[in-house]
Amino acid sequence: MLIDFFLEVRRAKVPASLREFLDLLEALQNRLAFANMEEFYYLARVCLVKDERHFDKFDRAFQVYFEGIQNLDDLMEALIPDDWLRAEFEKQLTDEEKAKIDSLGGLEELIETFKKRMEEQEERHEGGNRWIGTGGTSPFGANGYNPEGFRIGQKKGRHGRAVKVWEKREFRDLDDSLTLGIRNIKVAMRRLRKFARQGAADQLDMDDTIRSTARNAGYLDLKMVPERHNAVKVLIFFDVGGSMDPHVRVCEELFSAARMEFKHMEYFYFHNFIYESVWKNNIRRMNETISTWDILNKYTPDYKVIFVGDASMAPYEISHPGGSIEHWNEEAGATWFQRLSDHFRKVVWLNPLPESYWGTGGSMGMTRQLVNDHMYPLTLEGLESAMKQLSK
Amino acid sequence: MKFTGTDKYVATDDLQMAVNAAITLQRPLLIKGEPGTGKTLLAEEMASALGMRLIPWHIKSTTKAQQGLYEYDAVSRLRDSQLGDEKVKDISNYIVKGKLWEAFEADEQVVLLIDEIDKADIEFPNDLLLELDRMEFYVYETQQFVRANKRPVIVITSNNEKELPDAFLRRCFFHYINFPDHDTMKHIVDVHFPGIQQQVVRDALEVFFDVRKVPGLKKKPSTSELIDWLKLLMADELSAKMLQEKDTSSALPPLYGALVKNEQDVHLLQKLAFMARRRS
Repeated sequence: MLIDFFLEVRRAKVPASLREFLDLLEALQNRLAFANMEEFYYLARVCLVKDERHFDKFDRAFQVYFEGIQNLDDLMEALIPDDWLRAEFEKQLTDEEKAKIDSLGGLEELIETFKKRMEEQEERHEGGNRWIGTGGTSPFGANGYNPEGFRIGQKKGRHGRAVKVWEKREFRDLDDSLTLGIRNIKVAMRRLRKFARQGAADQLDMDDTIRSTARNAGYLDLKMVPERHNAVKVLIFFDVGGSMDPHVRVCEELFSAARMEFKHMEYFYFHNFIYESVWKNNIRRMNETISTWDILNKYTPDYKVIFVGDASMAPYEISHPGGSIEHWNEEAGATWFQRLSDHFRKVVWLNPLPESYWGTGGSMGMTRQLVNDHMYPLTLEGLESAMKQLSK
Repeated sequence: MKFTGTDKYVATDDLQMAVNAAITLQRPLLIKGEPGTGKTLLAEEMASALGMRLIPWHIKSTTKAQQGLYEYDAVSRLRDSQLGDEKVKDISNYIVKGKLWEAFEADEQVVLLIDEIDKADIEFPNDLLLELDRMEFYVYETQQFVRANKRPVIVITSNNEKELPDAFLRRCFFHYINFPDHDTMKHIVDVHFPGIQQQVVRDALEVFFDVRKVPGLKKKPSTSELIDWLKLLMADELSAKMLQEKDTSSALPPLYGALVKNEQDVHLLQKLAFMARRRS
């Protein structure tokens, strides 16, 4: 029961687990929602969704599923066995009406025709359910069994309520695949925090003091520890210019958030792809470059490396020596990238383009391969996955 | 001794193989998988299926590997020394046994669950390499050697929040619990809530026709609400395949099987079907 519904919700990328689904069933068993779609919607949401940013996805999944159910109307009707209807019909029909039915070939035949009509309709698929009943020429519309006619799954009217809750999608803004704000970035980056004690021992360590005093059979033995601070070290490489221009704002936000969040952060710029040099000042980038070798030698492998770029360029800019559009590079961009990713243990690529644009071919595919598929979209969700990868 | 799942736990074939291999070869079994796929439950059910005692060790971010072996309770000793307690002279009075010790020292074979190992510090698995491999360790304070009487069945679960070191992985069997497919899900639901669909459908019908007072219900649904409700509950049975087949006679049995249990129910459904058609 409701398994398809659950799978639909998961397909919409709402991270609901099996336990939550079983909770929902238990709630149904206890009749928390009963014969009321709206109640069911709220109940299902309470059980399955644990974060407001998933509300929108849940609403969409619910809508898809619910529409599917509405389309079941035809089938439901077809599945109701004939004799049920006949039994109830005959109770209701007047003699006059019965005679009329007989003139049409008897109830049995009518039902047969009805069924055939149904099948034809399903084959034609669209517009079918208005066919029976309103066609005028059909015996089911004109000479219906009872004065109200033979009505099959007409959607309007029965479900003619105003917009349903899940169709309103009030939670659209909170979906985290949308653009980031600086606070959000900081929160996401906080994942990367790794507190460590470094430097001079200047704080009293209570636990250790008690322990060693006790070991000393009661003679006081003070123990000190260094202060705790975020020991994560980060290198960020920003792609600038050209196709990155539309993404300047989000890159700026990322940059300023990272600055505030990490004590040890270094940043460099590159254009399109990384080659033998990078720079820190965009105005004087032709004169004041920093050799990529220097970076490899200066920063230890435990620096976390983040590339920010759209990875959209001609494939030869990555794969071929001399491929760079700005200068003659002796060695291919891929070679340089490989050197960096061999040296640093954790490398991710953040891409401001939406994930759906990425594809697997061209420069994008090559870059993704070079970063071992650790390319993430520059959304809150993507950033969180990236930070998770970096902190593993 | 073979594990085939229990009446409360549905184990897929690959999971059964992993469990049985781990039991037979006496290696720790590392279980990964999405949250809520029953990783922790597996150990509990294994213990009950194999008739062994379960010793759970739930790992937190502050848990140290040493705590699984033993702890030296120096603070109690300090207090006792100030009270002049005789106990203080024997250090073994202040050695608190950990879960691993408990499992090693048990007379019968037990199931040891190390739950959510990835919550702990990154060095945690490395600190347990020898203990899990040889199933023995040394207590320095009392110069005592603890060795497993009967190698316990060890189940380790991880939520994949941290990568585990290779040396550790080499010593384990590994199984990833996939998210269950449609059929397995159905099985799981049946195990947990047998007959829930029939019960809910029946409640709905009975309330609708005022047959019986069902406790906990506020109001009687309208016909369209009831029909929507039934559709929602039965949508799984009315699968796309049936839609294509269009052969209603073959589609009927599963549908009614899902819906009704007895004559009474059939009668209620008949009434409803009729009302649904007449209404417009």
